[in-house]
Amino acid sequence: MIQFLVHEQADTVGVATVEIKAGETAEGLFMDSQAKIRLKANHDIPLGHKIGLKGHAVNDGVIKYGHDIGRVVTAFGKGDHVHVHNLKTRRW
Amino acid sequence: MATPKVMAYRRENGRVGIRNHVVILPLDDLSNSACGKVAHNVKGCKAIPHAYGRLQFGEDLALFFRTMIGTGSNANVAAVVVIGIEPQWTNVIVEGIAKTGKPVAGFSIERYGEIKTVEMASWKAKEFMHGASELKREECDLSEVWVSVKCGESDTTSGLASNPTVGNAVEKLVAMGGTCSFGETSEITGAEMVCKARGATPELGEAFMAMFDRYAAMIDRNKTDDLSGSQPTKGNIAGGLTTIEEKAFGNLQKIGKKANYVGVLDKAVSPTGPGLWYMDTSSAAAEAVTLWAAGGFVAHLFPTGQGNIIGNPIEPVIKLSANPRTVKDMVEHIDYDCSAILRGELTLDDAGDQLLDMLVRTCNGRLTAQEVLGHEEFVLTKLYESA
Repeated sequence: MIQFLVHEQADTVGVATVEIKAGETAEGLFMDSQAKIRLKANHDIPLGHKIGLKGHAVNDGVIKYGHDIGRVVTAFGKGDHVHVHNLKTRRW
Repeated sequence: MATPKVMAYRRENGRVGIRNHVVILPLDDLSNSACGKVAHNVKGCKAIPHAYGRLQFGEDLALFFRTMIGTGSNANVAAVVVIGIEPQWTNVIVEGIAKTGKPVAGFSIERYGEIKTVEMASWKAKEFMHGASELKREECDLSEVWVSVKCGESDTTSGLASNPTVGNAVEKLVAMGGTCSFGETSEITGAEMVCKARGATPELGEAFMAMFDRYAAMIDRNKTDDLSGSQPTKGNIAGGLTTIEEKAFGNLQKIGKKANYVGVLDKAVSPTGPGLWYMDTSSAAAEAVTLWAAGGFVAHLFPTGQGNIIGNPIEPVIKLSANPRTVKDMVEHIDYDCSAILRGELTLDDAGDQLLDMLVRTCNGRLTAQEVLGHEEFVLTKLYESA
């Protein structure tokens, strides 16, 4: 069963389409290539929230839709929950 | 893909409509009552009441006339009866609509009173209904059906599935020589540089940016608190959206990945050729669709996450959603359920085809959920106070 989706191959985060539990190995799908990906979740990822596909350092850009959607403010790893606690807009 | 054929109405000026409305159009707020009475007397015609049309001036008055004339001129409209309090502004609308070649007549209330005006206008509306009822649908190309797109009550399922489904359909419509339009100027904030780059020429990108900057300056001038604290909204954040950029890129999914816009349009202005067009509109659904209908668009694709229920009196609004809850608990509002994308059971390409199939069925006469439920929000965009 697909548990998260990734818009594009270039993206560094996926989006949970069901509730993903910490410690679970979740199955994802790239929407452009239809390639599958498996990933161990380090945190609970609520439906609609983002999961890191690779480690990010502070000031890295997070890529979604193939575009930079903001700046990393707290480093996070592959499988981590990505949201307002570690990602901020570059706008304001 | 080959261009599908649809059965639609070809109007006097060559434009293609998918509905056959006889509209009773008030010039002003004072004439709503008479229009409603005519629509009661003559079954099948449709009054479109609104709140304005008195003491407007300057650019606001020009937009008002453009919207009213555009509404009557829309190819989904077979004939129009215009009723106003006085003859001069009534005739501005009548003469504007008459340029399309369709039947149109104007009546004014002063010197007759409402009862006599309603009687005269009812006779004309009856004549127009008989005429419209004998018009026949004929075979047209789907590419002749002008399509506008806008989302509402968005959530993460919009950016994941329903918006890119619309984007896929838009790419296919543009590739077959169709005419499409997107807008929602303020909700492109965060992705405006990408939108600028989607202009077919650098000059078009600059023209978009000028409209974007004007809108942003208007918001800045009128805001009473720090807007930056409310975008994304608390609800967006609860749903998983983190930044304004993420929200804006989700919005832009509706124009697909390949199509570039070939022109930028002021509010309620018609495109002058095929392709994708940007129109400067509010992000409020009813206002925006009213502007597109006045610009000549005859079908609207409306992806929603949480379940916006908007409609329009003359431009059918086709709703789609990928939110598994919305397609169940708000099912009566949704025309196309693409929630299978979220389960990995449906590709965006197939979803785009299925949405186009729903568009074809709508062109051929299938009533949208919004039409069956009677959602006819006609909301004029007002630029500033009346004099």
